[in-house]
Amino acid sequence: MSTSVTDPSSSQKWIAGTLVIAYALITIAPLIWIFMTGFKTPPDSISYPPKVVFEPSLEGYVNLFTTRTRLSEAELQALPAPDNFADEIVRNRGMVIVGPSRFGERFLNSVIIGFGSTFLSIFLGTLAAYAFSRFKIPFTDDLMFFILSTRMMPPIAVAIPIFLMYRELGLSDTHLGMILLYTAVNISLAVWLLKGFIDEIPREYEEAALIDGYTRFQAFYKVVLPQAATGIASTAIFCLIFAWNEYAFAVLLTSGTAQTAPPFIPTIIGIGGLDWPAVAAGATVFLLPVMIFTIMLRKHLLRGITFGAVRK
Amino acid sequence: MAEIVIKNLRKEFGDFTAVQSSSFIIADGEFFMLLGPSGCGKTTTLRMIAGLELPTSGEIWLDGEEVSQLPASKRDIAFVFQMFALYPHMNVRKNISYPLVSQGMSASAVKAKVSEIADILGIQDILDRPVSGLSGGDRQRVALGRAIVRDPKAFMMDEPLGALDAEFRERMAEELRALHDRMGATTVYVTHDQLEAMQMGDKIVVMNHGVVEQFGKPQDIYDKPATMFVADFIGSPPMNFLRFEGAIAAGATQVQVGDQSIDVPGALEPADGKLVLGVRPEHVSFSDDGVYRGRVIATEYLGTTQIITLETSHGEVKARIASDTSMRIGEQVALQFDRSTLTVFDADSGRALRSELNDGEI
Ligand SMILES: Nc1ncnc2c1ncn2[C@@H]1O[C@H](COP(=O)(O)OP(=O)(O)OP(=O)(O)O)[C@@H](O)[C@H]1O
Ligand SMILES: [Mg+2]
Repeated sequence: MSTSVTDPSSSQKWIAGTLVIAYALITIAPLIWIFMTGFKTPPDSISYPPKVVFEPSLEGYVNLFTTRTRLSEAELQALPAPDNFADEIVRNRGMVIVGPSRFGERFLNSVIIGFGSTFLSIFLGTLAAYAFSRFKIPFTDDLMFFILSTRMMPPIAVAIPIFLMYRELGLSDTHLGMILLYTAVNISLAVWLLKGFIDEIPREYEEAALIDGYTRFQAFYKVVLPQAATGIASTAIFCLIFAWNEYAFAVLLTSGTAQTAPPFIPTIIGIGGLDWPAVAAGATVFLLPVMIFTIMLRKHLLRGITFGAVRK
Repeated sequence: MAEIVIKNLRKEFGDFTAVQSSSFIIADGEFFMLLGPSGCGKTTTLRMIAGLELPTSGEIWLDGEEVSQLPASKRDIAFVFQMFALYPHMNVRKNISYPLVSQGMSASAVKAKVSEIADILGIQDILDRPVSGLSGGDRQRVALGRAIVRDPKAFMMDEPLGALDAEFRERMAEELRALHDRMGATTVYVTHDQLEAMQMGDKIVVMNHGVVEQFGKPQDIYDKPATMFVADFIGSPPMNFLRFEGAIAAGATQVQVGDQSIDVPGALEPADGKLVLGVRPEHVSFSDDGVYRGRVIATEYLGTTQIITLETSHGEVKARIASDTSMRIGEQVALQFDRSTLTVFDADSGRALRSELNDGEI
């Protein structure tokens, strides 16, 4: 074992480990609760005391993805036998499935808007950060400050002007409008983070590429970009998380065609009140893309969020 | 392979002048050293030749073509960076083949060429390794491989041995020189190590504060320094300077240093005022009929030779003598200077006065 004086002692490690695990348990508990609720039946989900052990059911997921209607006992008797598990679950509640719900559409909107704005933020952010990092641009400091200043108040503070502007421009409730809006909010973060990462890439790599007969753009594309992958990945995760979870603008600016999942999920109402298992199922499905994206990029993220402090 | 001619090259960064009207000629196939202390503009000069920096004014002729405004990718010059700048996301083979890929060479030709280069440098066994785990020497070889693989017109090397430890430096210096002799390619090599420059170079340019102080063969620069800066920078220990006030007439063969007259090479130009007599330590000898006197204040044993530090009426003088002569601290001795090797400088300008030894050509 190493005995360097800067290494923590074993009791320090033990305390730190315990604290980290305790913190992880506290933060993950609501998520586990949501995940479990998604597999409960509506009565189980609101039973008191709360049920920790229960018989899992897919009712929440069926309700999330379908619309249903209640039939009378006689009408139900007249129907042929249910032909799949979803039908069966619904029949037991005295209902039949009449079609898909709008959740699929909303979820797809979230994917288009979230990933679209993330891509655009990263694309523009990388080019801007590279330019700021490598070229002598007049008033660089002022420009960088200006870019940062766009985040100095909460974006929602300008909700009313944006609402009016979008109505005039015909961008309300459109995918393009939401992508532009989230990009505008994210771009300052992207430029600042990426500039830090690109500043850390020695210029010699690009110069070596220039010497090797490549143009400046090729040098950027083939040498700088791979080196900046860590920074790009972690910046992309930050941008995606913001755009994916954004609620206020989505409520304000979307209603029909471009509505994203966050404003939709709380509106899932079952018959006779909120259908908690369906809401929980929606939340669970909604969490998946960000989780998968983050896990895919976590190798980069771990190095990235230390902002290059641990290079080589 | 090419001759490089630098004419009045100048580079300003804002209002700071990094290189002031340098001119020199690098002959085809020469191993050419750019030598000078830190910050004197060596790297800047090299980068201008390679096209990584555009000069403020002046001309760079490469193989009979004026290239000073051409982008680096169009000049066909290879560059070995101080920290090597190997592409970290590529393995050794990819690094070496990268310049060939940009020329659109076929995959099989690239493979053959890389293999040939790997043989020359003795790195066949590491071709498929990532560059991150390589030792300093192997990185150096890969960087060289990337430079020589496309037979460029000339090589630029910016302190290529600077990142290696002392023992390894010597070996790489030999390898480099041998590689150069085998390929005969024009090479411009930046260093601040005067020993390295003397050992490896066919020609040396000595720079200081962006100014070319002297340009010539190592032997000439050592024996006939054009300025006090060069005399001081080259040689270890450096040249001794005896400062005195006096006059020297054209044709004179003696200078009066205090009350002692010292024989010097015949002067070709007159001067008076503050002057400096320059003597290399190895040209100081001890002899009873010496005209100049001093007291031993330190001795430093170096194996076959030793350095004796003496206190004299005109400052400290260091002498390099055989180590079998024993000297005691405090001893009074008479010194003799080897007449034909002495240089007289003008103290204010630092310039060497022209004499039979040093006719002022730089
Ligand atoms: N891009 C730049 N902008 C401003 N000043 C610069 C730039 N590049 C170099 N300089 C300055 O020009 C001077 C010469 O620099 P250069 O790198 O050529 O020195 P050098 O002789 O290579 O020194 P070293 O031995 O330290 O590498 C230095 O004072 C340096 O600070
Ligand atoms: Mg340098």
